[in-house]
Amino acid sequence: MTDHTVKSYDKELEAIGLKIAEMGGVAEKMLVDAMEALSTLNIPLAERTLAHDPKLDRLQREVEEAAILTIAKRQPVAGDLREIVGAIRTASDLERVGDLAKNIAKRAIKIIKDARVPRATIGLKHMGDLAAMQLKDVLDAYAARDAARAKAVWVRDAEIDALEDSVFRDQLTFMMEDPRNITYCTHLLFCSKNIERIGDHATNIAETIHYLVTGENLPIERPKTLETTVK
Amino acid sequence: MTMEAATATLTAGNDRPVHSAPQGPIKIQARDVNVYYGDKHAIKHLDVDIPQHSVMAFIGPSGCGKSTFLRCINRMNDTIPICRVTGKIEIDRRDIYDPSLDVVQLRAHIGMVFQKPNPFPKSIYDNVAYGPKIHGLARTKSEIDAIVESSLRKAGLWEEVKDRLAESGTGLSGGQQQRLCIARAIAVSPDVILMDEPCSALDPIATAKVEELIDELKSNYTIIIVTHSMQQAARVSQRTAFFHLGTLVEEGPTDVIFSTPKDKRTNDYITGRFG
Repeated sequence: MTDHTVKSYDKELEAIGLKIAEMGGVAEKMLVDAMEALSTLNIPLAERTLAHDPKLDRLQREVEEAAILTIAKRQPVAGDLREIVGAIRTASDLERVGDLAKNIAKRAIKIIKDARVPRATIGLKHMGDLAAMQLKDVLDAYAARDAARAKAVWVRDAEIDALEDSVFRDQLTFMMEDPRNITYCTHLLFCSKNIERIGDHATNIAETIHYLVTGENLPIERPKTLETTVK
Repeated sequence: MTMEAATATLTAGNDRPVHSAPQGPIKIQARDVNVYYGDKHAIKHLDVDIPQHSVMAFIGPSGCGKSTFLRCINRMNDTIPICRVTGKIEIDRRDIYDPSLDVVQLRAHIGMVFQKPNPFPKSIYDNVAYGPKIHGLARTKSEIDAIVESSLRKAGLWEEVKDRLAESGTGLSGGQQQRLCIARAIAVSPDVILMDEPCSALDPIATAKVEELIDELKSNYTIIIVTHSMQQAARVSQRTAFFHLGTLVEEGPTDVIFSTPKDKRTNDYITGRFG
């Protein structure tokens, strides 16, 4: 893209992009650490994960403030406006990813004393890996402004939804086997829901990137290639 | 896709201009219009359809030909000896360069507002009454009074000047003078109003009043506005045409031009990346 005639305008957009990249890094690490803490019963790691959240909140505010200031000063149009609106939307998705990862870390701390069926976290870990990969891919797509790669993330979310279905069935089985598992498995069910929501935020970001790059929205309905929903 | 690859999907270079057909009846139609000032080819093979009762904005860097084309529409370029126009411009399907056409009659149907307010050094009343008088649109004093009042009302100026109609038009503020010029333009009941940067000499409040007026006038008139303010084009117009180096590069609904322009030159211009 050709530079703006006003150089400071480019610098402002670049600074917003850097903050989004930083937020992406924090959110990604929070998810990976929370899942690691959950499956390895690591309380200190879970606590460190919680401590990252305020940073993400602060960065989101900074992105919003910088975006609003740039809109007020430059009256951006076309690609520049999409860039700024995209940054606001992405920052809010990443902030939510952080909240959901934080919630997983909190639940990890709660259930560690009560970890009755360690094998119950296996499917969940698989889901977490997939969500982390989706998040990484979508952040790479954001950095490269790559609409095709973003669209691939958007399509792949169906896999997380399918896994959630399978994790749900597993947890029900464990609960039926022994009612003393119910508290533990219910926490894990919430964790699986959190991961599924993180996947949704990754697809939101993918949609934002597609719009930002092409100016066109992806369809409202994703192609349903897999049996995905638990109703 | 990288940023470069993304912008490469915009048509680059000297492709055919981007057009999308307007809805509704066409008021002005230009086909293969060329304008030369001596050897200089100022407008090149321009095609455009301008819909009735709407606002069309012409944007582009200085010297791109937008004002030149605007002045073709009321044949103001006729007054420049070295200027030559080829191609066809029709208003209501009538060729305005037809030699049998009465240019004075044509201009009576096309009002024009300029960059600098240029009221006649006469009273406010006479500024508005002059056109209808010379075109014989009114015979009696009361008919002229009615035209003066309704034109000043349409221009949003009546309440501010009704008690001092005999004062000189040049004594008004810049924004009021410009609205007086608009009242003068609409006093002869034109179909088309051409505006060449009508707000560039006005403060933001006067600009807002003129923009509000443009919005009201569009239900009865076909308005073409040349502006250097991108925000103004985005605010007041339904369609926008981008000119560059004498070529109409891209033309379409204003919301498309300012959100997802198809041509890279349009994108670079509206986002401030030109030159």
